[in-house]
Amino acid sequence: MIEKVLKGSPAFYIWLLFLGSIAGLGVFAYIFQLQYGLTITGMSRDVSWGLYISQFTYFVGVAASAVMLVLPAYFHHYKKFKKMIILGEFMAISAVLMCMLFIVTDMGQPQRMLNVILHPTPNSIMFYDMMVLMGYLFINALVGWVTLEAERHDVDPPKWIKFFIYLSVVWAFSIHTVTAFLYAGLPGRHYWLTAIMAARFLSSAFASGPAILLLLVMALRRLTGFDPGREAIQTLTKIITYAMAINVFFFLLEVFTAFYSGMPGHQHPLTFLFVGHDGHASWVVGWMWTAAVLAILSLCLLIPPQFRDNERVLPWALGILVIASWIDKGLGLLIGGFTPNPFETVTEYAPTFPEILVTVGVYAIGLMVLSVLWKIALDVKKEAGTF
Amino acid sequence: MSTTRRQFLKIAGLAAFGLGTSSALDAAEAVAKDMPGAKYDVGGKHLAAKRWAMVIDTRKLESREDYDRIIHACHSVHNVPSIPTKQEIKWIWTDKYDRVFTDDMSQHLSPAVREKDYLLLCNHCENPPCVRVCPTKATFKRADGIVVMDYHRCIGCRFCMAGCPYGARSFNFGDPRPYLKDVNPAFPTRMRGVVEKCTFCSERLEVGLLPACVEASNGAILFGDLDDPNSPVRKALAENFSIRRKPSIGTQPGVYYIV
Ligand code: SF4
Ligand code: SF4
Ligand code: SF4
Repeated sequence: MIEKVLKGSPAFYIWLLFLGSIAGLGVFAYIFQLQYGLTITGMSRDVSWGLYISQFTYFVGVAASAVMLVLPAYFHHYKKFKKMIILGEFMAISAVLMCMLFIVTDMGQPQRMLNVILHPTPNSIMFYDMMVLMGYLFINALVGWVTLEAERHDVDPPKWIKFFIYLSVVWAFSIHTVTAFLYAGLPGRHYWLTAIMAARFLSSAFASGPAILLLLVMALRRLTGFDPGREAIQTLTKIITYAMAINVFFFLLEVFTAFYSGMPGHQHPLTFLFVGHDGHASWVVGWMWTAAVLAILSLCLLIPPQFRDNERVLPWALGILVIASWIDKGLGLLIGGFTPNPFETVTEYAPTFPEILVTVGVYAIGLMVLSVLWKIALDVKKEAGTF
Repeated sequence: MSTTRRQFLKIAGLAAFGLGTSSALDAAEAVAKDMPGAKYDVGGKHLAAKRWAMVIDTRKLESREDYDRIIHACHSVHNVPSIPTKQEIKWIWTDKYDRVFTDDMSQHLSPAVREKDYLLLCNHCENPPCVRVCPTKATFKRADGIVVMDYHRCIGCRFCMAGCPYGARSFNFGDPRPYLKDVNPAFPTRMRGVVEKCTFCSERLEVGLLPACVEASNGAILFGDLDDPNSPVRKALAENFSIRRKPSIGTQPGVYYIV
């Protein structure tokens, strides 16, 4: 099926070339980082993780979200999703690849990466995270490929693949739970030390991941005419709406616990994010309020059916939702966890230009992989008449 | 170190069994003697303890010179660079009471206590989160309670820095060597991309010396075995009121403060 990549329209190759040049810029910035070290980033002794790890976290969520198509389709035999499922699985593959790249770019000694496998340490959550991510990549590649191959030959997928499909459902939950455990088990980091972390991660993932998928699928429909079906879009939107409502609810639970209990440690990160700490308002304050307003706005646009089912409003609602969830998880989560620092003071963090360049480069690589995989899937579907 | 030697002897023992001769064992013993680590001397001058701990008698530390002398003693023997940015590296440093003891024990502390500087360093926790989270065992706890690092195994993931509730760890964001004025050749310098922290002077204990900061403190910092009721640290703790940093999070710090 790989050969499908070789027969594309000029526009497709120009698109790849465009992404490739952005990725090139990222690679250039990364070489710069290899040369001088992570000193070129905005990270510091007190805020020792930054944009890379937060993007890793965000995209684990995007990867896990494929389950929102797989679960209804295979557990509840919801046939309408069958057409789109492969796109979800392929998006999961590219998201996991991006996660891995973000981990590598964050390492101080990337050439020693294999130490995690050479000296396996079962008490470290990072060890499990690496295992489950690689497992998820494998499962999605296998399931995606086998089902697509079957579609191409117009036969039913082999029976044994069912096992891996069911496994992928459990596995999707596990990858994001384990990622939450990276944070939720650290004493002394108040913003992260919360039992609801994994649940929050999953709910925000199941809102933002399918939203990104739907936005991309709508773009695809414009570009290629591939139609996932109106009902499929509406059902997925409902799932997104529920997930987002639960996500906002979970966040409010955090706010309640922190402020009603009156415990300073629990309040400080939230106060820092939304008003500033000790009279020190940081640049994130504006972003966090934007996220809060956009999150509510997205719910206002998604909950009433007349807006939700209106395909002119829907892309806006989804886009707003993605921005809100990205600020919350891709920015606030990390910064709030590290500020105030262990000395209850504030050390500011802001990503630097090279750091942003590397990040955008990884996005571009992820999009390239996604474009190639989706092209293969769509070409097969065209041939098989399931377009 | 001694594991490789032991493993070697085990294999040699099996080989000797197969050969049915004891001379092979003798030969193996001779070879093993020259293997790296074979001359590792656990007797001699080496200082040992069941659980190393430190007591800082803050009453005996007064002036800025006291602190600077102690900090300099540590940083100069351990080749700790002075980097003037947020990406700094420090093994031992000072801060005010409410930043060191963030639990805010009393709202109306005597001004003398509140305004004073306190030394901070790695606590060599009994239950260290940094060890728990490290994915490569580059940070590990020794049998005598000291939490040490292998700079050659560290992948620079900085999970341990997120894990340490005391901000005791520093990361080499860039190459630290240009920031070193005088290099102590007896101690390794670090490379870019690895984490480092106070070692409780494990390398000095090995040769029978007390930690550099203890030596430079003129008796204000005590060091000894927490499991030995007659050790200087236990005696000081028995006779004085002492506190530790963030006691509620269950890490059981090995650094005590007499205030
Ligand atoms: S103080 Fe921090 S670095 Fe030192 S042992 Fe405890 S957790 Fe680890
Ligand atoms: S930075 Fe090094 S010591 Fe710290 S957790 Fe990672 S591998 Fe372990
Ligand atoms: S015990 Fe040794 S390494 Fe630790 S602060 Fe004192 S002198 Fe430095």
